Amino acid sequence: MIEVKHLIKRYGDKQAVNDISFKVEKGEILGFLGPNGAGKSTTMNMLTGYISSTSGQILINGVDILEDPIKAKANIGYLPEIPPLYVDMTVDAYLGFMYDLKKCKLSRKAHLKEVCDLCKLSGVRNRLIRNLSKGYKQRVGLAQALINNPPVLILDEPTVGLDPNQIIEIRTLIKKLGKNHTVILSSHILQEIQAVCDRIIIINKGVVAADGTADEIASKLTNEHKMTVRIEGDTHTADDKNKIVDALKSIDGVKYVRADMEREKGIYDFDVETDGETDVRRAINRMCTENGWNILMLQLSDMTLEDIFIKITMGDDLRRNDSKSNKKKAPKIKLNVKDGELVAEADDEKPAENNDKKEEGGEE
Amino acid sequence: MGAIYRREMGAFFTSGVAYVFLSVFFLLSGIFFFNGVIASGTTETSALFSSMFIVVLFLIPILTMKLMSEEKKNRTDQGLLTAPIGLWSIVLGKYLAALTLFIIAESIVFVYSIILAYLGDVVWSTLLGNYFAMLFLGAAFIAVGLFISSLTENQMAAAVASMLVLFVLYLFDSLSANINSELIKKIMASLSFYSRYLEFTQGVFNLSSIVFFLSVAFLFNFFTVRVLDKRRWG
Repeated sequence: MIEVKHLIKRYGDKQAVNDISFKVEKGEILGFLGPNGAGKSTTMNMLTGYISSTSGQILINGVDILEDPIKAKANIGYLPEIPPLYVDMTVDAYLGFMYDLKKCKLSRKAHLKEVCDLCKLSGVRNRLIRNLSKGYKQRVGLAQALINNPPVLILDEPTVGLDPNQIIEIRTLIKKLGKNHTVILSSHILQEIQAVCDRIIIINKGVVAADGTADEIASKLTNEHKMTVRIEGDTHTADDKNKIVDALKSIDGVKYVRADMEREKGIYDFDVETDGETDVRRAINRMCTENGWNILMLQLSDMTLEDIFIKITMGDDLRRNDSKSNKKKAPKIKLNVKDGELVAEADDEKPAENNDKKEEGGEE
Repeated sequence: MGAIYRREMGAFFTSGVAYVFLSVFFLLSGIFFFNGVIASGTTETSALFSSMFIVVLFLIPILTMKLMSEEKKNRTDQGLLTAPIGLWSIVLGKYLAALTLFIIAESIVFVYSIILAYLGDVVWSTLLGNYFAMLFLGAAFIAVGLFISSLTENQMAAAVASMLVLFVLYLFDSLSANINSELIKKIMASLSFYSRYLEFTQGVFNLSSIVFFLSVAFLFNFFTVRVLDKRRWG
């Protein structure tokens, strides 16, 4: 459906997009994830023909967007970051204009009604766009993308600025649309991508940093294993805690141990991180038996998408894991070799950006 | 093209630009008509048309200032440029909308001619000649204004710059009189919108001037298309 090959976009000296390649199949919902300025919007603008690539090729339904832009664009519905709305028009007049602009051949009245119903705009069709709330404006933007029923939908941060209920509505709508459209969706909200997308591409500094499902990315990106163990000592005092920490630390393959809160009276949880090569669960069990302690709980805590995102975009330990996972596990996903540079380049502004991201994500 | 044309026509009226443009045009042309024609006791309309040159010069930028700049400012150009249409359709749709409004405005002369017909004999050939001369002049000016509007996001800047450019073109005539170099003089004279337009109002129907106005119109629409195209490569 969509094929992107070695896409590069340069603005003067600045490389906004640096050799991105991917493929999206029909009926797939693909999420673009990345911090601000990662190249998400630039990539989307190139996909939709709004800007040209410096080099590389984009095929929409087999049609090159630069060679036959009109034919390629006819297959795309695009919701840019800022919806292209004429605020002095009514919703109906505007959608009618987009209907004409896209040379839509579907029955006018029925199609506009269908799109309005889908985007829940039926109640505001005669109102001026200027007077609509941000959420409604966003929906009008989505509605114009849906006009002429294009097989490909490209949505740039479709839920930005919406309230939680509206976000859920739009997400549900996108999921629904994903059944018979190919959707590319960008966001810096992790939960959103996780909730809606079948597949995720993480873009950082203009390159594809990871490509796959959330689970795939998680398992390939890291060999570290974290687990939480709740161990009952024999004296039910703080002494237990120190003893157990020491004992856990002495196990082969354990890298890091931290005593967590007192979850039950006199019983503590311990966060254990291993080197990822040794399975330490049995050793922990043996150790407890030898000391007469009881394991009350053992939980492997996998990386969340959030952990992955921060790891990739901040370049934390990426180089090591990257090379390992590439060699040992022969991953299905592509981990770009250039990731190595990301680590080296991780500069001052990155952490700040990520904090923003986290906060925004947390609001959802 | 049709969709954009219709939207622009609607926008002229909803934004009030059309009303300002038409009322100012009607008011000033009415004054010139009364002063230059009726009060002078003649049915000769050339005086009216030659006076209208400067009015057209200052009014057309008001018509064209928003056409491209607003799209860029509100990011609505993203909707147009990602729609399955060519750049020429976008530019011509807007161009023709402005030209239509201009034709509506200048067609007021037919109302005047009806009034004249009551008072005496109207020289229809000069009237029609003048009418078309103004049409060609407007066609060229609108293309220039549209092009300047595509260069900025600020509609006021577009309006002021367009007025300035058109006014300087108008001044070419008085300027060229004081220039010694024959070549420059010749170039300036051939670029003079005003003297070409004046010829028409004096009853000279010059084909090369028509070609000149239409060429200017084509050229500047072409430039506007290039500006839109270039933006993609930015």
